[in-house]
Amino acid sequence: MDFLNAIVALLNFVVIPATAYGAQLALGALGVTLIYGILRFSNFAHGDTMALGTGFVILFTWWFQSMGLHFGPLPTALLALPFGIAVTAAFVLLTDRVVYRFYRKQKAAPVILVIVAMGVMFVMNGLTRFLIGVDEIRFDDGARFLITANDFKAATGLAEGLAFRSTQALTIATAVVVVAALFWFLNRTRTGKSMRAFSDNEDLALLSGINPEKVVAVTWIISAGLAVIAGTLYGLDKSFKAFNYFQLLLPIFASAIVGGLGNPLGAIAGGFLIAFSEVGFTYAWKKVATYVLPESLAPDGLAQLLSTDYKFAVSFAILIVVLLFKPTGLFKGKAV
Amino acid sequence: MKKLLAATAAAALLAGAAGAEDIKIGVILGFTGPLESITPAMGTGAELAMKEVTDSGKLLGGSTVTSVRGDSTCVDAAAATAAAERLVTTDKINAIMGADCSGVTGAILANIAVPNGIVMISPSATSPALSTAEDNGLFFRTAPSDARQGEIVRDILKEKGVSAIAITYTNNDYGKGLAEAIQRNWEESGGTVTISAAHEDGKADYSAEVGALASAGGDVLVVAGYIDQGGSGIVRNALDTGAFSTFYFVDGMVGEKLNENFGAELNGSYGAYPGTDSPGATKFQEMAAAAGFDGTSAFAPESYDAAALIMLAMQAAGSSKSADFAGKVMDVANAPGEQIFPGELAKALDLIAAGTDIDYVGATAVELIGPGESAGNYREIEFKDGKYETVKFR
Repeated sequence: MDFLNAIVALLNFVVIPATAYGAQLALGALGVTLIYGILRFSNFAHGDTMALGTGFVILFTWWFQSMGLHFGPLPTALLALPFGIAVTAAFVLLTDRVVYRFYRKQKAAPVILVIVAMGVMFVMNGLTRFLIGVDEIRFDDGARFLITANDFKAATGLAEGLAFRSTQALTIATAVVVVAALFWFLNRTRTGKSMRAFSDNEDLALLSGINPEKVVAVTWIISAGLAVIAGTLYGLDKSFKAFNYFQLLLPIFASAIVGGLGNPLGAIAGGFLIAFSEVGFTYAWKKVATYVLPESLAPDGLAQLLSTDYKFAVSFAILIVVLLFKPTGLFKGKAV
Repeated sequence: MKKLLAATAAAALLAGAAGAEDIKIGVILGFTGPLESITPAMGTGAELAMKEVTDSGKLLGGSTVTSVRGDSTCVDAAAATAAAERLVTTDKINAIMGADCSGVTGAILANIAVPNGIVMISPSATSPALSTAEDNGLFFRTAPSDARQGEIVRDILKEKGVSAIAITYTNNDYGKGLAEAIQRNWEESGGTVTISAAHEDGKADYSAEVGALASAGGDVLVVAGYIDQGGSGIVRNALDTGAFSTFYFVDGMVGEKLNENFGAELNGSYGAYPGTDSPGATKFQEMAAAAGFDGTSAFAPESYDAAALIMLAMQAAGSSKSADFAGKVMDVANAPGEQIFPGELAKALDLIAAGTDIDYVGATAVELIGPGESAGNYREIEFKDGKYETVKFR
């Protein structure tokens, strides 16, 4: 019984939140890593693309809700998602057209593109605030829980409750579908293959007749789609606040770099690694330890490695360790 | 020479009393930021007192009182100091009604009020650290210090038969001071504190924080935070994960928003915020209702009292200059004297002009103790059927 309680407590406070958070980070990191692999620069505007895209999704959600359109037990935002992606993709393509293309033609050094991306980031930052404001917005509707803590306790008779929010389930399910679709696209379709070729060797790809503008456009569209999906899932699961997406940039980049920049598989592994480390290092293990260990060994203190204030420091630390010992990341990406 | 001096002083005093002027009082509150949902009622409360005095025409020979608002942001000391600086240098305010949060209040006091010699009465800064702050006798507060709230929390929890508590506090002067006061009082009385952990405001996700709190355990989670910020986020996550079902809410957490956000989920939880059952409180609520705002809103009555005290002290000193009336604040606030309730400011001004001593009771039964802070009356609340109601006064 104690062992079961320990597992449930662990699931409730570590595994489920970290998995949902990891899925959101992985989706964000995939977008970053795609841009890095194909366009060869670190897109610092990715966090704000997420915020802007989520802003569009929220506006569509409100519009649908005002028309009385609902999606049964699922959040209305899912209906709004494709429209949000379309608008964001158009916006990102426009940015590419008026900003990035100029530097691409000049064959500008990656470090210049990074600064350009920061400029774009600040503009998007401001646009998002004009569009939707700075306040916290909750836009989840539909059923809130798959399992509530009290129902679980009543059903199993355990002392520990297990809560599984529908937005967490939705996040994980969507992430699996999106990642599967992305890998199918990259490995099985003609466009996907030409994107990978372009990433591996640009000159050779151009020689074999690949249209670079098409590759660039498709990359932007996919990365915008990933950003909006990640942002919307994060907003549904937690809440939307423009500033929080800006702060997400650090764990997202940490995920992408830890996994190996330019390597999609690495981005996913990195996302979950960062999420589980953040939650695991700051979790107080006292309760779980008390259940599992014999009484004489049970800890008196909280058995917490780091105070929760240092959550972001965890991603920093992992980032530095990886850059020191394995600069190409765990999954052999490109060196930074 | 002595005679000449005395004569000039008397003449100046007479001139001050006779010449009606336009007195400006700075209302510095966090109109944006983590207290933005309760500051409008606080500002209006203070301005209600100013209007009452202006309309009476009895302050310092018919002087009018104008409010000049400034935004303290509650959290950004630099922005709050800049706002106060502007009010003092540009608008030439005579006194400050504010600020609201402890951190910015300390910053304004040290950087603006003391250097410029401006009297400052805060309606809601409750950090115990402000009791010992260097103030040259210029700082007062109509809110009690959190050292007092620590005792209230202990008393309520003891009565409920709680033995172990977990504390989460917002990571700033207010949260830290309050958490320490609660922990000290609670442990002295033999209770256990399983964990006292800070949370940052403005985060989207509090699952890690709640995970640590849940692991430490406890019968009740004491939430020493802000209702518009991390405090609500922690409660939301703790309810969702089933980590805690009973909460204790401190003054910064009690508000209409709890009913809106959580409703019946909080049934059985409780808390307390400054308030009193003195006849002044009811009177103030009636006046507030007539003026179109909620008089039970946290710290609105304290704001009315803070503004009223400033003006009564001016009348008692016969001058609108901070240096002159700072010493009179305690006199008008405390016994002996005729008791003054909200809505009776005109009468109070008359009495002072006639040389009678007054004891301002106001909306919150003001009694200033020690270095000029309210002795502290609290309104205990409990959640029943999805909303909170007052169960008793302490």
